[in-house]
Amino acid sequence: MAPPGNRRPGYSRRAQYGTFFGYVVAVIGAGLGVLLLVVSTGNASAFAGLRATADDAVAPAGRASAATRNGTRSFFDVVTGYFTAGFRTARLEQEVSEARVRLAEADAVRDENRRLKALLSLVEAEPKPVTTARLISSTSTSTRRFATLGAGANQGVAVGMPLRSPLGLVGRVLEVGSNTARVLLITDSESVVPVRRATDGVPAYATGHSDGSLQIRLITLGINPLKKGDAFVTSGAGGLYRPNIAVAVVSEVTRDGAIARPLSDPGSTDFVAVDPQWEQAPAPDVAAAAPGL
Amino acid sequence: MPPPLPLPRQLQKLGQPRINRAPSPFIALVTPWLLVMLGSLCPLMPLIASAPIVPPFGFLLLIGWQQLRPGLFPVWAGLPLGLFDDLYSGQPFGSAVLLWSVTMIALDVIEARFPWRGFWLNWLAAAGFIAAYLILSLLLSNLGGGHARLLILGPQLIVSVLTYPLAARLVGLFDRFRLVPLKAV
Repeated sequence: MAPPGNRRPGYSRRAQYGTFFGYVVAVIGAGLGVLLLVVSTGNASAFAGLRATADDAVAPAGRASAATRNGTRSFFDVVTGYFTAGFRTARLEQEVSEARVRLAEADAVRDENRRLKALLSLVEAEPKPVTTARLISSTSTSTRRFATLGAGANQGVAVGMPLRSPLGLVGRVLEVGSNTARVLLITDSESVVPVRRATDGVPAYATGHSDGSLQIRLITLGINPLKKGDAFVTSGAGGLYRPNIAVAVVSEVTRDGAIARPLSDPGSTDFVAVDPQWEQAPAPDVAAAAPGL
Repeated sequence: MPPPLPLPRQLQKLGQPRINRAPSPFIALVTPWLLVMLGSLCPLMPLIASAPIVPPFGFLLLIGWQQLRPGLFPVWAGLPLGLFDDLYSGQPFGSAVLLWSVTMIALDVIEARFPWRGFWLNWLAAAGFIAAYLILSLLLSNLGGGHARLLILGPQLIVSVLTYPLAARLVGLFDRFRLVPLKAV
């Protein structure tokens, strides 16, 4: 591209000052950026109101695009279904025959559980979800993993509430707008979920890797007991998440823990349920205990 | 830059009577800003990503405009556009204000130093800017509390660099739309 002729605006003082002040404002802009960064890294919720308003403003577009996402996904599923129908039928038939046996066993166990719980007079309270909504957008360009939920304070969503899909834990509400809420996904590197192994309750923490996987850190040191395929569920420690929500499955064992794949891929879930907070901790404590709030 | 795309037929018809016509100053002024802001809204795309993979479209379009029409945006354009981008990007607030402002100043310096550039040189410069932008964004978001490793940027960096020529083409198309003679003089 040829250089434009207007770099040096001639002898006009006014034009010269205009150019000069343009540069001054540009440098001031960079300085303002540093200032905003200092404020927002010191207190991450500093601009929460601004962001919530902005998210509320574009929420209709996000809802439309979330509906499109589910539409296109089912379209691709249909197409791939034609190609993989044969294998899948065979595999599913095998799984069904195995599952029938398991189901009979599970019925027996549930029955026994009910009897034992009645004996202990325990009341099992499955919390009713506050609301169900779609995830309408995610920060797909940033290394932080936030998503925007299509429900906000008007629907009863509050800061700290956990989100789950039918497959497992999705994340936790960070900031609430009137009709949208900002969600910290469990794959974010700031998210820490207390978990335990589903089979024997080995306690651990699941932290995000920002690349779609989770790092499982064992609390007790020693010989690493984890194996590939171990399932982890929330332990309920810390009071943020209700116990026994499925979280992840170990995909690779490392020296001091494991790398796990989250069970609920937020990209392939249609609706997520917002649960009430597990333990009613006072709000400032939640904010202080949760990093990055 | 690559030769400009031909306009779609409807748009060509739109400006058909060309005598006594001039581009609408409003559209000519507003289009570049709107396009970059639309690029900043790319988190609204129908995709819930579990890793950073989508190129920063707002940034790509800003570089595209600046390389196609140097001086179209004022040097301070990084401040308002970056503020808008920060609202949606999920980065700590202020990161785009800082990086976009610095980018505008640096692009201006490059424009003054190397006024004659071809397509490849533009792409190379843009690739450098994109790489620096992504890495610095990661460092700034780590400063704000993340612990992401540098390696997870790989796929996004490749996709962004390869997307840049498309973004530049899009800018070229919208530049032609911007200057369609609509208004009777």
